[in-house]
Amino acid sequence: MKRALRYIIFYGILLGAWALLAKLKIWPPYLFPTPWGVWDELYGGFKDHTYWIAIAVSMRRVLAGYIISVVLGMMLGLGVSSSEFLEETVGGLLVSLQSLPSICWWPLALLWFGLSQNAILFVVIMGSLLSVTLAMEDGRRQMPKIFGQAGRNLGASGFKLFWYVLLPASLPFIVSGLKQGWAFAWRSLITAEMLYMSMGLGQVLMMGRDFSNMSAVIAVMLLIIAIGYIVDGVIFKGLERHLQNKWGLAPAN
Amino acid sequence: MSTSPRNVPASLPIPLEPRLPGSYSRGVKIGPASVGRPTVVAAPSVAKVGLHDISLSYRTQAGERLQALENINLQVRAGEFVCIVGPSGCGKSTLLHLMAGLQSPTSGQVLVDGKPIQGPGTDRILIFQEHGLFPWLTVAQNVEFGMKMKGIAKPERKERVEHYLRLVHLAKFEKSYIHQLSGGMRQRVAIARALATEPDVLLMDEPFAALDAQTRDLLHDELERIWSDTGRTIIFVTHNVREAVRLGDRVMLLTFRPGRVKNEFPVDLPRPRSLEDPEVALAAREVLDELRDEINRSLEAEYKEGVKPHIEPGGEV
Repeated sequence: MKRALRYIIFYGILLGAWALLAKLKIWPPYLFPTPWGVWDELYGGFKDHTYWIAIAVSMRRVLAGYIISVVLGMMLGLGVSSSEFLEETVGGLLVSLQSLPSICWWPLALLWFGLSQNAILFVVIMGSLLSVTLAMEDGRRQMPKIFGQAGRNLGASGFKLFWYVLLPASLPFIVSGLKQGWAFAWRSLITAEMLYMSMGLGQVLMMGRDFSNMSAVIAVMLLIIAIGYIVDGVIFKGLERHLQNKWGLAPAN
Repeated sequence: MSTSPRNVPASLPIPLEPRLPGSYSRGVKIGPASVGRPTVVAAPSVAKVGLHDISLSYRTQAGERLQALENINLQVRAGEFVCIVGPSGCGKSTLLHLMAGLQSPTSGQVLVDGKPIQGPGTDRILIFQEHGLFPWLTVAQNVEFGMKMKGIAKPERKERVEHYLRLVHLAKFEKSYIHQLSGGMRQRVAIARALATEPDVLLMDEPFAALDAQTRDLLHDELERIWSDTGRTIIFVTHNVREAVRLGDRVMLLTFRPGRVKNEFPVDLPRPRSLEDPEVALAAREVLDELRDEINRSLEAEYKEGVKPHIEPGGEV
């Protein structure tokens, strides 16, 4: 209860300051949008379904890309961590590649896949694949060896060993990597959508720019933040809490 | 004790390997009840578990070759309870990992029922000192795990889970997670999980080392009861000589690096035994006298190297 109160006070002050600055009219509204202007945009955007459609399109894209990244990344991570040679060579390459913003792949993606959904998918995958791979590789190393030994001892091997032992055993160690992978996927998607005009939140944001409608730009920014927060703070937090309860680990905060 | 082929039924496979010299003839009898028992323990035509000239060497980080185990020979009869003692760093845990098939020896063979093992198998289940249970599964799911891997149908799995949890007095905790249990309860779950796959051989790696004395005493009693009820073969590794004498039909003493069989002590004391039995103490005394030299060598090495001369068993996952 106290916590909720603190939130209300903090965001109340923030909103109040924004409203006050807007009311003072130091800058014209097209440079400094007002809270009620943004509110009108949000209301209108949801009412005429623009935002619903944009959210649905963006979510579908990011989910497809993210799921592919997780599956590929886990396999890659396990593969890389399975041999010292791969770890030194491929592992090092992956770490250096991670410093490359995934949108840098955009020109190549356009050449390879054309101006299409696949080009966007490619950029999203390149954004999150590396985080997931590195997290899995690291998680496999951090995971106590004894789980793998016990699993093999009890008759698990191959895919069964991975699915029933290595994957659940490494989850607490890779969940932060999965979260990071999600964040990268989400950012890559929005960036790519801003470059490629075909629905999605990124495009709606750019439409706001083209019409010099800064209220719309801010409204979409708020949506992007909100979705990121919901996935991060609700889905991943829930997963983390669930794991902590099962494993008996102390909560992180 | 004749090995002439006419005494062996034609249907039984005749062991191809020659009789083992050395380790058997050096057996020392201890305890009043051991009178009349042959000193040389005759291996039946095919031992349940047979170790043949097992050697294992590592290359250390510094690049030196480290001989961990050297020419270990051991024959364990079906239904026998064998304890292996030795100073820390003698490779006794590693030996269990070899028997479990989690690791391969540099040379030599591990035979089960006369056949060389092919990696891990559910006929031999290893119970770890601690942390061997899966924290993401409930107690019942842990016990069920091996059966699930084997592809046993769900109703039977459920039945066996109940049976083995009752056997270790944990029926009420089937829905608990591992972290909610005490150390002693965890080891009982580990025992139930191992038994549930119905292995012929239980390999126990200092399973009670991390427990308090009362819990350990209790688990000794339970293990002895389970062993005599189920007739499993148990190979039990410990650094605690009293524990070894209290539990085993036979105690094998390993030397410090390289691990070799130094001596073998048949324990013919009546069961059930207790750690406090004077006979157990007396017998342990004998083993301990021989172990002391090895402990000193182990401590010396520790002092010289400045590190604990401990080799972690099980390189790969």
